[in-house]
Amino acid sequence: MAAEKHTDDYTGIETTGHEWDGIRELNNPLPRWWLWTFYASIVWSIGYWIVMPAWPLVSSYTTGMIDYSSRALVAERIEEARSAQDVYAAKIEGAALSEIQSDPELLEFAMAGGRSAFAVNCSQCHGRGAAGAPGYPNLNDDAWLWGGTLDDIAQTIAYGVRTEHDETRVGNMPAFVSDETLTRDQANDVAEYVLSLGGREHEAAAAGRGSEVFAEHCAACHRAGGVGNTEVGAPNIADGIWLYGDDKETILETVTYGRAGVMPIWADRLSPATIKQLAVYVHALGGGQ
Amino acid sequence: MMDQAASTVTTASTPSPENAVAPGAAAQGVARVEAEAVNKKETRALYQKRVKIFPKRARGTFRRVKWVVMALTLGVYYFVPWLRWDRGPAAPDQAVLIDIPARRFYFFFIEIWPQEVYYLTGLLILAALALFVATSLFGRVWCGYTCPQTVWTDLFLVVERLIEGDRGARIRLDKAAWSGRKIVRRTLKHAIWIAIAILTGGAWVFYFADAPTLLLDLVTFQAPAIAYMAVGGLASTTYVLGGLAREQVCIYMCPWPRIQAAMTDIESLIVTYRGYRGEPRRPHRKAESWEGRGDCIDCNACVAVCPMGIDIRDGSQLECINCGLCIDACDEIMDKVGRPRGLIAYDTFANVERRSMGQSARFSLMRIRPLIYAGLIVVVGSIMLFGLTTRSVLDLNVLRDRNPLFVTLSDGTIRNGYTVKIINKQHETRSFQLDVEGLPGYRINVVGQESGGGLLLTAKADRLASYRVFVSAPRKSLEDESTPIGFVLTDTLDGAQAAYDAVFRGPGS
Repeated sequence: MAAEKHTDDYTGIETTGHEWDGIRELNNPLPRWWLWTFYASIVWSIGYWIVMPAWPLVSSYTTGMIDYSSRALVAERIEEARSAQDVYAAKIEGAALSEIQSDPELLEFAMAGGRSAFAVNCSQCHGRGAAGAPGYPNLNDDAWLWGGTLDDIAQTIAYGVRTEHDETRVGNMPAFVSDETLTRDQANDVAEYVLSLGGREHEAAAAGRGSEVFAEHCAACHRAGGVGNTEVGAPNIADGIWLYGDDKETILETVTYGRAGVMPIWADRLSPATIKQLAVYVHALGGGQ
Repeated sequence: MMDQAASTVTTASTPSPENAVAPGAAAQGVARVEAEAVNKKETRALYQKRVKIFPKRARGTFRRVKWVVMALTLGVYYFVPWLRWDRGPAAPDQAVLIDIPARRFYFFFIEIWPQEVYYLTGLLILAALALFVATSLFGRVWCGYTCPQTVWTDLFLVVERLIEGDRGARIRLDKAAWSGRKIVRRTLKHAIWIAIAILTGGAWVFYFADAPTLLLDLVTFQAPAIAYMAVGGLASTTYVLGGLAREQVCIYMCPWPRIQAAMTDIESLIVTYRGYRGEPRRPHRKAESWEGRGDCIDCNACVAVCPMGIDIRDGSQLECINCGLCIDACDEIMDKVGRPRGLIAYDTFANVERRSMGQSARFSLMRIRPLIYAGLIVVVGSIMLFGLTTRSVLDLNVLRDRNPLFVTLSDGTIRNGYTVKIINKQHETRSFQLDVEGLPGYRINVVGQESGGGLLLTAKADRLASYRVFVSAPRKSLEDESTPIGFVLTDTLDGAQAAYDAVFRGPGS
């Protein structure tokens, strides 16, 4: 406090002795009881240091007397939530996929669980909205390489495509030109024929030659007319949906070098209940059969 | 300096017993009260220890108004949750209910959903404007009559007066050494205060749940923990603020005195000591002449009744809550000494000045500031009323999928996904048909329903229903990347409609 007391002329209140460019601060202190609440909060904070985790040390921290830890608390809450979900998870595990779909309560749980499992495990390749990318199928549409029923989808998720698992989806699009099964001209003819299947612009003569090549080399998997076969993952090549691209160049590339897209085995990483939830979720994206 | 301050306070606050007759007291049964205004400017000091106030009971017009207002406000607070209002089986029958789990606010015939919370904003604006208009006309009457702090402090003072007696008795009891009698009275007082506090907190929770059910649960200890915590929290604040802190809340904690100070002007009616009439003040003996002196006989009756511990004769001050109890006290004295009432009265600065200069006083409600406030109240009130009367009981909300924007199906048609939300504010389940306008050759299907057989979307009573809807259209009917379409929802029974403008995305030409 300043040596000399100074009282403000206008208000008659004493100043604190602080002065900035001639401006003085009035001393309007707190009432005594409020001052005590200030001291009480200081005392409280000391108690808090002792009871609760407070001070950082070199490689740890003071843990306090009651062993409080927000991290442990979160872990506990997550465990609680898990055990609350277990009831549904057990029901899901025991129910057939179609039963899950027809039970509103289970369906809601499966959709919510499927959505988050999809975001964590599937969205990296298939995209957040499951719209896919070249080489990674769009799961919203009604074209399915390996079948679009609930069971088909669950099977594909569980054992993957072209994996080492016995139950895996497997099919083979050979590299017809690299393997010298077809000549470049024959490949060109087949590509023209494929274009004609979708009703698009094509060279009629080449397509005509291509139809014979197709019947001999391709129809075994893609079937006559190119409608595809989900048993071997052969896509329908007569519709508007293309996994790698619908232009002639891409089709030619496929015929020349072959295709062998893969999908991992999820049965090793996800629980059966989660796989069922995912199947229900993907089925409900709009293309399920 | 602090020592100095403390010693000043001690001398200032030494209260004498009630009715001690001061030398020179008026003879007409008017005794000078040895009351010193606790909150006098001269006695305020740094880090001041709180000086207790022992307000004497006042009798008169404004005290009666305060009783009536107290009865009304407490009555409203305690009884409103018990009023019933029939809304059918789908909604609760409590007239005023804030249903937090279901996210509804019920107020008699009004029901508010969370997205309509602007009604609450409007209500708060109206409340603020009403406070402004009242303050600009009549000063801080909110503080003096209706503020919960004032009402409960008044209630607690009634209890204190019943048990410990009026001002003089209370001062004596406070100064007395601890004895059996003092312990009994103090214990009894605080017990009743705590009981009132618990009832106060208890009444609060009834606004948030069905009152009769909750009461039963509360007394049988079946109520949720949060209910007991709310009761406990409000009970403790009521006890501390209304019983113990009292005027300290108004002086040191509340921001309103500062804000309202900005709303009064020289034409606002505030509790005023008419100094031009009262000064020079001096004790008065019977039969003494009133010539050459003021009407104020310096009896301190106004100071003794003041719940804020101020001396109104010091002029308008921040601590004054405009309650008018000093007016009652002074009028009683003026009657006894045979002088006209109104030495202290609700008056304006301007009128005091006019009167002191011998001019006639005038007061008008039609001043520009209150008129502007009143105009704003009418505008806001009309907007709210319009909103309330035209409030729809059916709303449609459509959210289009953004990932993916659209899906090409194997036959070349384009499909968009939408989340359709139907808000049914009626208290009965309704069924709707959903149609799309502006999209030739469209097909629509709802997830979970077989497509084709006439889509029927139902929404339960007073609930929101959410559906995933797929709309597909042949590519040739889409000219642009984005086609404006409209969703139309039609009630299958009464034909009520709700529409929502949306767009249909496609690959473009």
